[in-house]
Amino acid sequence: MVTVAEELAKKQREISISEFFLKNRHLLGFDNPTRALMMVVKEAVDNSLDACTEMKVLPEIKIELKQINENRFIVIVEDNGPGIVKQQIPNIFGKLLYGSKFHTLKMNRGQQGLGISAAVLYSQLTTGKSTKIYSIVGPKKAAHYFELQIDTKKNEPNVLKDQEVDWEKDHGTKIEIEIEGRYLKGRQSVDGYVKETAIVNPHATFIYIDPEKQKLVYERVTEELPIETKEIKPHPYGIELGHLIKMLQDTRANTLAGFLQSEFSRIGQQTAKEICDKAGLKAEEKPKKLDHKQIEILFKSLQETKIMAPPGDCLSPIKAELLEKGLRKEINADFYITATRSPAVYRGMPFQVEVGIAYGGEIDKESQIRLMRFANRVPLLYQQGACAITEAVTETNWKPYGLQQSGNNMPTGPAIILVHIASVWVPFTNEAKEAIAHYDEIIKEIKLALQECGRKLSIYIHRHIRAAEQREKISLFEKYIPELVAALSSLTNNKKDSIQERLQRILKKELPSLEAENDLKKEDESAQDLKAQRENKKIKNEKKEKQTTL
Amino acid sequence: MKKKKSKQHSELKELGNNILQQINKGKNPNIVVPIRALSNVIYNEKTKTLELGKKTAERYFFNVAHAKKFLQTVEIASILKKELLDTDKHEHLRGVFYIAKRTIPGTDVNLVDDQVESDKIIEDLEVITGLSREELHVSANKMGSMVGKVTLKDSGDTIDCSRLGKGGYSIPSITDELTFKKVNAKYVLYMEKAAIFERLNEDKFWLKNNCILVTSQGQTTRGIRRLLQRLADEEKLPIYVLCDADIYGAYIYSVVKYGSIALAHAAERLTIPSVRYIGITMDDVVKYDLKKQIIKLDDKDLARIKQVSQYDWFKNNKDWQRQFKLMKELNGKVEIQALATKGISFISEKYLPEKIKNKEFLD
Repeated sequence: MVTVAEELAKKQREISISEFFLKNRHLLGFDNPTRALMMVVKEAVDNSLDACTEMKVLPEIKIELKQINENRFIVIVEDNGPGIVKQQIPNIFGKLLYGSKFHTLKMNRGQQGLGISAAVLYSQLTTGKSTKIYSIVGPKKAAHYFELQIDTKKNEPNVLKDQEVDWEKDHGTKIEIEIEGRYLKGRQSVDGYVKETAIVNPHATFIYIDPEKQKLVYERVTEELPIETKEIKPHPYGIELGHLIKMLQDTRANTLAGFLQSEFSRIGQQTAKEICDKAGLKAEEKPKKLDHKQIEILFKSLQETKIMAPPGDCLSPIKAELLEKGLRKEINADFYITATRSPAVYRGMPFQVEVGIAYGGEIDKESQIRLMRFANRVPLLYQQGACAITEAVTETNWKPYGLQQSGNNMPTGPAIILVHIASVWVPFTNEAKEAIAHYDEIIKEIKLALQECGRKLSIYIHRHIRAAEQREKISLFEKYIPELVAALSSLTNNKKDSIQERLQRILKKELPSLEAENDLKKEDESAQDLKAQRENKKIKNEKKEKQTTL
Repeated sequence: MKKKKSKQHSELKELGNNILQQINKGKNPNIVVPIRALSNVIYNEKTKTLELGKKTAERYFFNVAHAKKFLQTVEIASILKKELLDTDKHEHLRGVFYIAKRTIPGTDVNLVDDQVESDKIIEDLEVITGLSREELHVSANKMGSMVGKVTLKDSGDTIDCSRLGKGGYSIPSITDELTFKKVNAKYVLYMEKAAIFERLNEDKFWLKNNCILVTSQGQTTRGIRRLLQRLADEEKLPIYVLCDADIYGAYIYSVVKYGSIALAHAAERLTIPSVRYIGITMDDVVKYDLKKQIIKLDDKDLARIKQVSQYDWFKNNKDWQRQFKLMKELNGKVEIQALATKGISFISEKYLPEKIKNKEFLD
């Protein structure tokens, strides 16, 4: 007799991560051909930008989409980054969840080491083709060329070709991925992604060749490299119990106090002692010897002890000034305003919010404002409705700032609102990294930044609109003069010409005071009129009432 | 007739010349307009009429807020002169609005957008020139009828108001140019409610009581006020007003007697200080046992009582203050039609004859 459990046991086996994502590709953002094309470009460009940042080189990234047939493309992304050492190439491109960034808390575009290998997997899945990689790490070194696929069962790279080649380049990486996809123009496509990426990376040059072989160059507007970010240790407030258990196991420290000081940020001798005291544990206790109950107490006391917020120097904001430059080069508007908030903290993770608003110019006046969302300089093009940034924008009352808004909807008007969140760990709602999770601290910071820009926007709008209205009204005088002349001449039987000429002269004389005219005039006729209107209305209403009783 | 017209011509022309002079001196031209609002209305105890005070406002051409109104004023003045006075024609307020309504070339601005605007300018022109709207040949809706033993001449036609059936003589908007040929009546009874007029006309009240009946079918128009005034002044007839016993009735009476805030500038030509209020009063409610017909006052009524009782022309009138007090005490108002509960012709056979016989009037 075979039990059901034993029967079931035959079917139960380990699922490789590759297999899992093969079946759940939407989790990574490859759920439709249009989006998949954009995702492949995005993953490759993210890696290139990160690599250039590490090397401290001004990025120059070439993106090319070659259309093979209606729904098949080759995506080529080439950078001037440091290149990849030969041994690592198969793992980086051919193994999911392989990367240098996952275990660190440092502001990067990529986090999990999932993106580019997922793109390789997607290519393999839809076209069966291998991915081609070129890499060179220095001017005197040989360039390497790889063709590889992923062994989805083992989650291991399957190298099909590995050879040295000639490549006229000092250093850099180039990747060619053939995929099934669909190319669309517009915002939620490669076009939009490249443009928005150019805005928030004003130090980078992008050369984009679209499927119609049109070459678009987005030149850098600054030679200033982003501030180099420091890797930080986790902050006690952002840690989870399971993570603490693992840290205690892995630490090289011999004492509990030493563990606390070396593995966390913002814990010094004094604070470490306080935490141990609070937990009723000895400072000399061996970290590996703590039992589960003790760890739980330690975890609790970590949360309850007052500890300084993590340092903000691990963050690299675009900076208001450069963000404005980025906006100016890609968006034709009349007015630009940007703001960078000071670093703040959610769950022990430092983050920083930046907002930019472009207003007027060629931006559509009638429709809803366009919201551009970014996390660590990466544009978020999908899932706008699910994003904390969207919530912060719609919950802000834009009317006082001069935009139209009905209820808690997206405001309307000729504006583009850009929100950038920089963090050592951006809390995305899923692995496609398109929407930011709704942490109160994050929403609050975004709102404050929006308000800061909003106030300046409102000053501009009100001054600008008022001035425009004033100009328009003054121009009306020119049109009114002939009318007045005609009426006057028929009233008095006088010649038109002389009146017209004189009125023109008076207008010239009065112009400066007309332009300076403001609302705070002494009780003039308009004020009197208003008063009289109100009174007369009252009486009329009464009369009407009376009539209805007839 | 010719002489009068030249006066109107010269007043309008003077307005134009005045502006021209300022332009010739290189000044930003302005028009001085007396303010027509409660704040500038004075009750003259002596003449018992509302008068316009001395407060004025200046309307400048080169002023962003005034320019359009300035242009409207001059253009409508020129329309009145050229289209109406010069050709000796009359036009309705609505007609003047349409003559003035046009888009100013090169703009999307209409000279006037709404009849309210041109009506207001015409009222302004009245106060600026001291001429009445009627003198400027502008008429309003005609609303109102008259029956009784009066024969008059209207545009060359002789009309006997005792032979016009149920409808009676339709009172024109401008009554200045009517002439009374033969008047054989002891008094004039004016009521706002057309329904009451029809009742009394059907009962031949005017024939039995030798009087004239006038109704306005709505608010008392200028034409009717002017007609009543002329009947009082020229024919020396007493005028009695019949209204509901409520605060609005009181106000209608006061408009006929003292004038209105909106038309304070025309008070001289419209008010009839000798007019008396015949009913119905709050005392009638007790006297004729109409308590069951009382309609409860609402907040609006109470607020209006408070407001009207404070007007200068009611403030020191003991009789009326007593009426206001009774309204509040009884917390109600009574319509004329309530008398019908005593019998359909109770009003014409008993109520009114008794009142007139006993001289039971309010001043």
